[in-house]
Amino acid sequence: MKKNSRKVAVFACSGIGKPLGTVAREIGYELTERVRPDTTVLTCLALLVINDPETQQLITENPVIAIDGCSLDCAKKSLEANGAPLVKAYQSIDFFKKHKHLKPEGIAELNEAGQKLAALAAEELAGVVDDLLREGA
Amino acid sequence: MGDKTMKVGIISCSGEAIPGGTIARVACRKVLDDMRPTQCVTICLPLFIAGGEEERMFANTYPTITVDGCEKRCAALGTEKLSARPARTLIVNEIIRERGLRPVTKLRGLGAEEKDAARAVAEEIAAAVDEILAEE
Repeated sequence: MKKNSRKVAVFACSGIGKPLGTVAREIGYELTERVRPDTTVLTCLALLVINDPETQQLITENPVIAIDGCSLDCAKKSLEANGAPLVKAYQSIDFFKKHKHLKPEGIAELNEAGQKLAALAAEELAGVVDDLLREGA
Repeated sequence: MGDKTMKVGIISCSGEAIPGGTIARVACRKVLDDMRPTQCVTICLPLFIAGGEEERMFANTYPTITVDGCEKRCAALGTEKLSARPARTLIVNEIIRERGLRPVTKLRGLGAEEKDAARAVAEEIAAAVDEILAEE
C-alpha cells in the first residue's frame, strides 16, 4: 500500500465468550463500514496467529487500531507480538463505562443497546482515525 | 481426565472480515449454548498468542474441533502451531458447498442464507463432538 493510500487497519477482538467481545466486533464494523469506510480497513485478527504475509505488511506499513473486548487485550498483544509499530488500543468496556445506560447483552446476536453503544464508540474513534492519518501524512 | 469431566474444546476462527468467520462464530455459540452445552468449552483463538502457558495447553487438555471461515484455516493452523493438533477441522465454505447451500455474504445482520449456513455448521460441529466423545 503506497503512503498516499494509507489506511488505518482495524482489528477487533474475536472474543466468543462475552457480550463485550461482540461489542468490539460491532465497533469494528461500524467504524469501517459506516463512519470511516474510505480510510479504514477491517482485517481478521486470526490472520496474525498464522503470520499471514499480507497482514504482516498491512500492520507494519499502516497505523492500527485494536479494539478489545476484555482486559486480556488479545488484539493489542497479538498486534504487538507481530511487530505492529503504531497501535492505538481500546477496550469496549471503557466505552460502556462512559455510556452505562447502554448495557450490551447477547454474544451471537447483540441487543439494541449494545448496537447503539458500538455506534457511539465508532463515532468517538473517527477522530482517532483522522489523527493517525494526519500524523502519518 | 476421567469420563465425567471429558469435554470437547471448540475453537472458532471468528474472522471479522469474512462472512464465513461470522458463521463460524455464530455456529460455535449455538453448539456451546444450545446443542451441546455441557459437553463443550471454548477459547478465543488469539488468546493463544496473548495468554500464557495455561491457554497454550488448551488443545492438550481437550480434544479440539477447529471451525474456520475460509481456506486460510487460521484456527486449525494456529491451534496446531501454538497448542496441539486438533481432533477435527471444519471449514464453513466446504460445509456450505457440500450441503448445496447458498453462499453467505453478510458480516452482520444475518439473513436467511447465513442462518441456514450457521445451522448446518452447528450440526456438523455437534456431530463431531459426539464422535469424539464416543471415541474417548
